[in-house]
Amino acid sequence: MNCQRLVELITAYLEGAMAEGERASIDAHLATCDGCTHYLEQFRTTIRLTGMLEEEAISPGARRSLGKVFRDWMKTA
Amino acid sequence: MAPQVLADDLELIAALRAGDEAAFMALVEQLQASMLRVARMYVPTAAIAEEVVQEAWVGVLKGLGGFEGRSSLRTWIFRILVNIAKTRGQRESRSIPFASIWSPGDEEPSVDPERFQGPGGEYPSHWAEPPIAWGPEEQLASRETLARVAEAIEALPPNQREVIRMRDLSGWTSAEVCNALEISETNQRVLLHRARSKVRRALEAYLAPDGDDEG
Repeated sequence: MNCQRLVELITAYLEGAMAEGERASIDAHLATCDGCTHYLEQFRTTIRLTGMLEEEAISPGARRSLGKVFRDWMKTA
Repeated sequence: MAPQVLADDLELIAALRAGDEAAFMALVEQLQASMLRVARMYVPTAAIAEEVVQEAWVGVLKGLGGFEGRSSLRTWIFRILVNIAKTRGQRESRSIPFASIWSPGDEEPSVDPERFQGPGGEYPSHWAEPPIAWGPEEQLASRETLARVAEAIEALPPNQREVIRMRDLSGWTSAEVCNALEISETNQRVLLHRARSKVRRALEAYLAPDGDDEG
């Protein structure tokens, strides 16, 4: 394993989408490489910060027309 | 599928059938923005995307009785959305092949190759300029930093943008995203990886101690 390859495999590593041998070679590399350890930590932080964002609010117009969609459906249901 | 998700979905469906408009609006609130952006990838204008999403909601309510819980409710809703968006996209005779919408495209490095030692270096392909620790996350998570994250996501190609939003912002599982958007596990992962890598890069530039991106 080298650093340039590791940065391409981080998502597969975090998703558990790799063979055991490859995972082991990444773990072994991380154990001795500060740069990659920081990289992995930055990557995890990036994921957590993304999780703190909020979804955009919907427009009042869409809200009104979808409320109507629901009430119309209730009448026919 | 986590049983808890299914239980929540079944509870929500029962509320919808009982005429609970607030429950419906909460669901709309949760999915609408994402549905609009995904629909927009298949049709030529934002106005048509809005029609597609509206039609999808009508379809969802009509089809509610047929929901069997084999996928999560939100996955099922997106399947309805994507089907309508495709039909509408074809009718509007867009020439883009739908398969290319979610194709990751050409390879792109996750990190600038200059950050690594070249073939002549002491340790080729190992860090020349290694990343540094960012410090405690509580301090990082300022409004300003989050605005940079949002900006970086907004700047992504639409397919990467929607996948990272679904996975990391809205907490969908990889199986849900693959199923909802009808994409392969591999493509989903590549799109997610590229998106995360770019957002990390933007954060690194912003947080750099030399402050070259501060303003």
